[in-house]
Amino acid sequence: MNLDYAFAWSIFPDLLRGLLVTMQVVILGFVLAVLLGLVLAIAQRSSLRLVSGACKAYLSFFRNTPLMVQLYVLFFALPSAGITLPAVSTGVIGLGLYYSAYIAEAYRGAIDGIPKGQWEAARALDFDTATTWQRIILPQALKPMLPVLGNYLIGMFKETPLLAVITIPELFQAAKQVAGMTYRYNEPYTLMALMFLMISVPTSLLFKYLEKRTHV
Amino acid sequence: MLFDAAFYDTATFIARQLAHGALVTLEITVLAEVLVLALSFTIALMRLSPWRVLRWVAGIYIEVLRGISALVLLFYLFFILPLFGISLSPMTTGVIGLGLTFSAYGAEIVRSALVNVSQGQRDALRALDFGPVTAFRRIIFPQALPFMLPPLGNQLVELLKTTSLVSLITLSDLTFSGSQLITTLGQQTLIWSIVLVCYFVMAWPLSWLVRRYEQHSTAWRRAQE
Repeated sequence: MNLDYAFAWSIFPDLLRGLLVTMQVVILGFVLAVLLGLVLAIAQRSSLRLVSGACKAYLSFFRNTPLMVQLYVLFFALPSAGITLPAVSTGVIGLGLYYSAYIAEAYRGAIDGIPKGQWEAARALDFDTATTWQRIILPQALKPMLPVLGNYLIGMFKETPLLAVITIPELFQAAKQVAGMTYRYNEPYTLMALMFLMISVPTSLLFKYLEKRTHV
Repeated sequence: MLFDAAFYDTATFIARQLAHGALVTLEITVLAEVLVLALSFTIALMRLSPWRVLRWVAGIYIEVLRGISALVLLFYLFFILPLFGISLSPMTTGVIGLGLTFSAYGAEIVRSALVNVSQGQRDALRALDFGPVTAFRRIIFPQALPFMLPPLGNQLVELLKTTSLVSLITLSDLTFSGSQLITTLGQQTLIWSIVLVCYFVMAWPLSWLVRRYEQHSTAWRRAQE
């Protein structure tokens, strides 16, 4: 069985539209995850037991359950709580919540890596907590985070086919629809796999290059 | 009202369905993990081999499989391979698909742990004229093991969670049982929440063990500070 190039070319625009939705969800979800992850990482170090305990419970729960089932729960629970969002927003929230738990751990590692002397110096110079974080700790912690975040970005991109289960018209859904309508599975799925590789391999190489450059 | 007969019946029905699904999930996890470990070591050793061709093949294997999402690979194996005349049972497809995807990551874990063994040890092996197999089995591998166990453990947790994907290729795992319960009972939010808790109950002890081991094996570093 061979690939029919004319057919593959004719379904290309459909898949491309799916790819655009995918990228939109990934980028928005990534922004949400990066911000929420930072908040979680800082709140985890809070001296209030309740706050740090809640953060730990959040991280543990989201890291130990599958994203797909989380998406199902969000998709059905939000409307029954009176919040009706388009599927795409549910996807962004789902991806963002899930990945924030992972990114928070990465932040935590980076923050733990800051030498104790920096904290003590900030203390000795009488910086308040907010300034210490803003001017001393975060700038040093965030720099080595770049390649780590890149890996998560690629990871998120590859999780997006899951969003098809909650009816988001992303790349995977588009391929499935084309396959369902034409009964030809070969071209749409092959084209989809190639599109995934076309995005993820260059991104991976880019972050590898950035990592190498920062380590020189 | 809490203990009337109908409620009790429904609860046992749900519990039985989910328990059956959870068993399938565990079965897939174990089988896939065996495949992952075998492939990870093979690919990692290929990447470290002195022959350039083997290194290249392993490198391409890792890049390609890390670039394709697990779900896409599963669908590819399940729907496309039959068109080429190879049809696999859903179970085999699930195990192979997950095994291939995770072995690409596992190979990198194994490789970096093996590379981590210090050069002095390798020089000593040379000096003492160990054969490559004995050297690997008695010197390199035992020293690399503590480095690779925690990430491999974390990866096992990931694998357990990712098995939920096989519900989409008609395997009756935990997620699939959940969706079947919903077609008979409705109650989407409730059932999916129960499924979520089931996964948590299976995965959390594993994560806990990994964390304990990590704390135990890095205790000396904290003691030094």
